[in-house]
Amino acid sequence: MLAPDVVTALTHLAAEAEPAGLLPARQQMALSLGWHIVLACFGVAFPAMIFAMHLIGIRRKDPVALELAKRWAKVSAVLFAIGAVSGTVLSFEMGLLWPGLMGTYGDVLGLPFAFEGLAFFLEAIFLGIYLYGWGRMPPKRHVLMVLPMAVTGVVGAYCVLAVNAWMNAPTGFRIVDGAVTDVQPWAVLFNLQTFVQFAHMWVGAYMLAGFTIAGVYAVGMLRGRRDAHHRLGFLVPFVFASIAAVTQPFVGHVLGFGLDERQPAKLAAFELAETTESPSPLRLGGILVDGEVKYSIDIPYLGSLIAMNSPDEPVPGLDTIPEEDHPPVNLTHLAFQTMVGIGTLLAAAVVWFWFQRRRGRDLLERRWFLRFAAAAGPLAVIALEAGWIATEVGRQPWIVYGVMRTPEAVGDYSASLWWLLGISTVVYTAMTVGAVVVLRSMARRWRAGDADLPSPYAPEVPAGEHG
Amino acid sequence: MSLELAVAAALFVGVIAYAVLGGADFGSGFFDLTAGNSSRGAELRTLVDHSIGPVWEANHVWLIYVLVIWWTGFPESFAAAMSTLVLPLLFALLGIVLRGASFAFRKYAATLAQARLFGIVFATSSIITPFFLGTVAGGIASGRVPLDGTGERWSSWVNPTSLFGGAIAVGTCAFLAGVFLVADARRSGQERLADELRVRALAVGAVTGVVVFAALVPIDRDAPTLAAGLEGRAAPLVALAALAGAATIALLWTRRYAVARVTAVLAVAAVVSGWGVGQYPWLLVDEVTITDAAGATATLQGLLVAVGLAVVVVVPPLAYLFRLTQSEEWSRPGH
Repeated sequence: MLAPDVVTALTHLAAEAEPAGLLPARQQMALSLGWHIVLACFGVAFPAMIFAMHLIGIRRKDPVALELAKRWAKVSAVLFAIGAVSGTVLSFEMGLLWPGLMGTYGDVLGLPFAFEGLAFFLEAIFLGIYLYGWGRMPPKRHVLMVLPMAVTGVVGAYCVLAVNAWMNAPTGFRIVDGAVTDVQPWAVLFNLQTFVQFAHMWVGAYMLAGFTIAGVYAVGMLRGRRDAHHRLGFLVPFVFASIAAVTQPFVGHVLGFGLDERQPAKLAAFELAETTESPSPLRLGGILVDGEVKYSIDIPYLGSLIAMNSPDEPVPGLDTIPEEDHPPVNLTHLAFQTMVGIGTLLAAAVVWFWFQRRRGRDLLERRWFLRFAAAAGPLAVIALEAGWIATEVGRQPWIVYGVMRTPEAVGDYSASLWWLLGISTVVYTAMTVGAVVVLRSMARRWRAGDADLPSPYAPEVPAGEHG
Repeated sequence: MSLELAVAAALFVGVIAYAVLGGADFGSGFFDLTAGNSSRGAELRTLVDHSIGPVWEANHVWLIYVLVIWWTGFPESFAAAMSTLVLPLLFALLGIVLRGASFAFRKYAATLAQARLFGIVFATSSIITPFFLGTVAGGIASGRVPLDGTGERWSSWVNPTSLFGGAIAVGTCAFLAGVFLVADARRSGQERLADELRVRALAVGAVTGVVVFAALVPIDRDAPTLAAGLEGRAAPLVALAALAGAATIALLWTRRYAVARVTAVLAVAAVVSGWGVGQYPWLLVDEVTITDAAGATATLQGLLVAVGLAVVVVVPPLAYLFRLTQSEEWSRPGH
């Protein structure tokens, strides 16, 4: 016979136990969102770079720039296609995986999505016009067709970020006797928190796309292809990425204002603050083991200075927050510091590059710099992913902070939901491989002198065979 | 018109637009799949590429539009349908992902082997996707989606109404694509290809017509609420579908392809509207009405603002894109 306290403990455990579908649903969301976000960055930032390149080509009558713009348009066609479908996956998953969230708060958080849909609509329309318009429209009108894409990418990102900002700092409704009432959808769309969070992501998108594209040409230069094509192909995206990289630390810092009040648990996890220390140190690295911080390098005062903008105001520690409201601390902390570390490195590197350039030294002549530039793209991807992991994992166990816990939102699934994750992993891997194979083959054919890349639907007919 | 009804109407306009425009894109997969081996099918596959290349992404957005208006305007019913119909929705989603990705990959594939692989994936997923979306419609229309989201995960979409819904979706997509491709082939001066497509479009049209009207028999027993609507309020639309369908066949027969496109769109729009009007005033048939399913009033008003904005900012460029694709310069092969 079980002792009564064991029974109580077991019942307690059963009530606390997570729904079987929760972990696979979260992993599924992480996979599909993490994959899509990279392409979304290209959707936001690439059109502006194509526009700049195309404009340079027309203004200076520069065939190199025109050719680059044309190739980039074709690359963007591939990236936008897989971005469109992976974005659709997310629309489905909002309902399939999180019916508790959508059923309860669909009419609170939905309006930004409606405007995002409009933006995506326009982006898709102008993509079609721009892509197929080469040689079929007057050049001056044609180049303008890419401009709406640059604008709608930004609007779309703003709207999506509005929803995410709402999950972090819910607003625009009241709960009366357990029911959602007094819904104000416009308050969700327009608020300061949304704007700052959007700015952070927007700038991040320019960093990711800019460094990645520039990196492609850095690799080309490393392989000895040092022509005007590679220099221009490197410089235009690198200028965008540079401006973004030096802006980002400030934007990120502003986003952190007041986090101690909005989401104290997230801030405590970011800073690895187990206890409230005054002044708080900046903890580089380190993990929490059994409630104790280990292996960290502490820099005194800096935690208070950076997180609280004060010489001695402490970062509220995790010990001030109930255990059941703690996020997974180590993952949040390490992801956050990965983002900040890479962001700082990239900002410093671009400052160094342009400083040297002013002094007449071209770092593009240096192989070590080209190697770094080639790595900057992947680094920016890691930073962006780490940032999303930090903010999303740091919000747990809430899906809507302080209002709805993630287990309440998840659908009623058994552990068989892991199958979905397995299949999705296979599909996303195949899609990644497909994209890489196709994009590399396009580059190869362009280098070989092909311009139009005709569709290879029929076996090649040897010349002369059919007259 | 009440606010709820206006939003539901806007939602349903999206469903019709997706069925017609997205449908024609999906349907081209049927012709791509059955175009024959690579030497024989190359011309048709290039035409498919050329026809849907500039527009498929824009047409795809109608689905996003529908999902977003649904979850924002009628959140609980959205969550319910998503929970119950998770399987067909996931299958459709898989098809959407594979279709879009492989279509883009094929266009820039380096070798015939790659193009063939991506082509098969593109064409097969183009057929699978509308089928499963059709079963979803059937599940809702036959009253198998309870509002609390606890419907049967299998029988909600493996049932007579759903299976016919899937078949109708595949058929109407292929029918539309056939008519559009015939017209495109003629415009680009490929008369031989147009003749070949004409025969197949006629066959697809005849089969689809039979399936659409044969479906009325099982629906009568399986989905009585929908059947009552189809025999009552939606009867004119059923008649319109029959007339426009027959007219399309006649126009194809007499090689008047440009006009045939109009009647084909009309026929399919009538079939889809027949379903919508037939199940009115239910949103989830026998479970919740449009009015009862609606979310917060302020949100519904916001949605109408978004829809109004869409009419102003999306429709003109969309019309411009369609006009361009139908123009002389854009019909030239190449690119």
